[in-house]
Amino acid sequence: MQISGAQMVIEAFIAEGVDTVFGYPGGAIMNVYDEIYKQDKFKHILNRHEQASIHAAEGYAKASGKVGVAMITSGPGFTNAVTGLADAYMDSIPLVVVSGQVPMSLIGTDAFQEIDAVGISRSCTKHNYLVTDAKDLPRILKEAFYIANSGRPGPVHVDIPKDVTAQIEEFNYDIEINLETYKPHTKGNPRQIKKAMEAIANAKRPLFYLGGGIINANAAYEVRDFVHKTGIPAVETFMARGVLSYDDDLLIGMLGMHGSYASNMAMSETDLVIALGARFDDRVTGKLSEFAKNAGVIHVDIDPASISKLVNADFPIVGDVKNVVNDMLNLIDKVNSDNYESWRDTVNNFDELHPLTFHEDSDRLKPQWVISRVGELLGDDANISTDVGQHQMWTSQFYPFNRPRQFISSGGLGTMGFGFPAALGVKAATPEKISINFTGDGSILMNCQELMTAVEQKLPVINIILNNNFLGMVRQWQTLFYNKRHAETDLSVQPDFVKLSEAFGGIGYRVHTKEEFDAALKDAIEKNVVAFIEVKVERMENVMPMVPAGGSLFNMMLLEKKEK
Amino acid sequence: MTENNERRVISVIVINEASVLSRITDLFSGRGYNITSLTVAPIPESKYSRLTIVTSGSVRVIEQITKQLHKLIPVLRVYEHADLVEKEMALIKFPITENLSDINTLCEAYNGKIVNVGENMIIAMVSDEPKRVENFLTAIKRYNPKEIVRSGAVALER
Ligand SMILES: Cc1ncc(C[n+]2csc(CCOP(=O)(O)OP(=O)(O)O)c2C)c(N)n1
Ligand SMILES: [Mg+2]
Repeated sequence: MQISGAQMVIEAFIAEGVDTVFGYPGGAIMNVYDEIYKQDKFKHILNRHEQASIHAAEGYAKASGKVGVAMITSGPGFTNAVTGLADAYMDSIPLVVVSGQVPMSLIGTDAFQEIDAVGISRSCTKHNYLVTDAKDLPRILKEAFYIANSGRPGPVHVDIPKDVTAQIEEFNYDIEINLETYKPHTKGNPRQIKKAMEAIANAKRPLFYLGGGIINANAAYEVRDFVHKTGIPAVETFMARGVLSYDDDLLIGMLGMHGSYASNMAMSETDLVIALGARFDDRVTGKLSEFAKNAGVIHVDIDPASISKLVNADFPIVGDVKNVVNDMLNLIDKVNSDNYESWRDTVNNFDELHPLTFHEDSDRLKPQWVISRVGELLGDDANISTDVGQHQMWTSQFYPFNRPRQFISSGGLGTMGFGFPAALGVKAATPEKISINFTGDGSILMNCQELMTAVEQKLPVINIILNNNFLGMVRQWQTLFYNKRHAETDLSVQPDFVKLSEAFGGIGYRVHTKEEFDAALKDAIEKNVVAFIEVKVERMENVMPMVPAGGSLFNMMLLEKKEK
Repeated sequence: MTENNERRVISVIVINEASVLSRITDLFSGRGYNITSLTVAPIPESKYSRLTIVTSGSVRVIEQITKQLHKLIPVLRVYEHADLVEKEMALIKFPITENLSDINTLCEAYNGKIVNVGENMIIAMVSDEPKRVENFLTAIKRYNPKEIVRSGAVALER
């Protein structure tokens, strides 16, 4: 059929099964919005800032496992979206982002709202396209969806000049994708897999190091099976929370800067690291030369560039974690879980020595209590997103996650302002779950305009603002490493968060006590509209334990012990 | 990094399309890696081009570069060998008042000759292994070369 470039975008989305598009219109993308107006196959959600559109698409993608889709205009629309693209790139989130561009004839003339969008997005996308002819559009869109969601997933940006969206051409989406230069390696090398299994069988103190790639590969349940059958203890990265259930006996906890003492000690004592879909990020390894110093390393990853990038892999296995773990499960007979019994005891002793906990020793509520309490009350019924800061680390430490895709947070880029719009995307993808966003008094202001989107779209996200009147995480570093010089982190001057929410048509609560908190949460769930629950929490609480930046995992600052 | 920085030649086969060159150079500049020389030309009767990049770095850095190059969608193949046939060309402008027969003899020793003669200047050409081109350029210093252009290396694995 002969249709315009704009119609092709719509048809491609429909063919890809897209049901929700996040975006914001403007001059260069108007032809496409005109077609959005005319169709009823998918829903468009109008965010109130392009950055929020990308984060919402990320939240949608992470919660659903599908490709998230966003649409923006040229110039400032695009530049507003860049933070979102970078965030998705760092956390390997599959997105297709379509932007408008000035007409071909004006490109390069400093036209109104012209910016070299593909030049900017090159370094923060998996791939990008500038479409110069509508004839190429079906192929490019099809490739974009394929590239975004295959191999190591990531955002793909498609920039379409306005005259290309008006150009009428033949549309045929029933085409084979033929990318000679892009063929992700999904099947692990059988000989390496066999050798790796032998290494596991021969190890005395092996340790699973589980990363976010497991969630991307939808391999969490296979990994659970593998962990249980081997009886080998496991640590999770921040990005892997929910791969194992919080109450799994073999889960030691989170690894890294704010990981548990037991996890970091286990990593320091292990003789074989079994890394699955993890990338040895500096927030995880601490001082590299001391990381798992005496251990061999099995590293399974879909991205060859992640293997031996930072830590040398003795058994590199390039492949989809799900395939590789299934192949490993076929060789499970080699492994006898009894062999690791004393190692399991050692690990448990670490945990008994310095368990992950906090003290309820102040008049104000402790943020960790709030998070644990939500966990007790909602547990599996909620999907959890966060912003960035102390509250984010506490959420990862204290919420009882028990399934993959339950926890959505900005790990690699650490983008303040991510949480609320991401939660909108999560809610749009999984309406049956309660959507909670744990946020800070700093972060929430970075996308609070999304109250309007939430009200309009009836997306009842509950934002729990752990208000410490500080840019808490930065304040913590200043307290610990800058001799308490709290430069520009004191947020004593604040909006009235209750009124702020109400001004947009949401609801707001300000709570000081446990009883008030329970009542507010219950009420917010019942009312089923977007909510701010502002919790006044202890101002000077620090996230503990902690590996100071550049330090070794086994040299942690620990929570002071207190007598009851 | 404490490891020594060795000279490396990487050749890359890429789809010949707009923006592919900037994808590759961005990858170097974004990581702070330096490119010593870079040549590009289409591969006859195909949709591909071959790039020859001369760079320097430790084994680990080069391994990362190679993997990252491979990750780019339009990259078909990346070769990073020691075992390459390498050639480079240089054009040199001399004042016509210099000893032309000396210059010509030297050029011939490096697979070259005088390729252009003008009113005040001559242009000579040599083509040889990059190391030898370097030696040549040192040797001709005393003939007062006015301008030197090097092509950068091209290479083919044996
Ligand atoms: C966009 C952005 N700017 C700055 C930072 C640096 N930063 C990291 S955590 C943090 C403080 C966040 O404060 P708040 O949201 O109140 O959370 P808290 O740490 O107090 O829980 C800042 C400024 C960042 N991560 N992202
Ligand atoms: Mg705060």
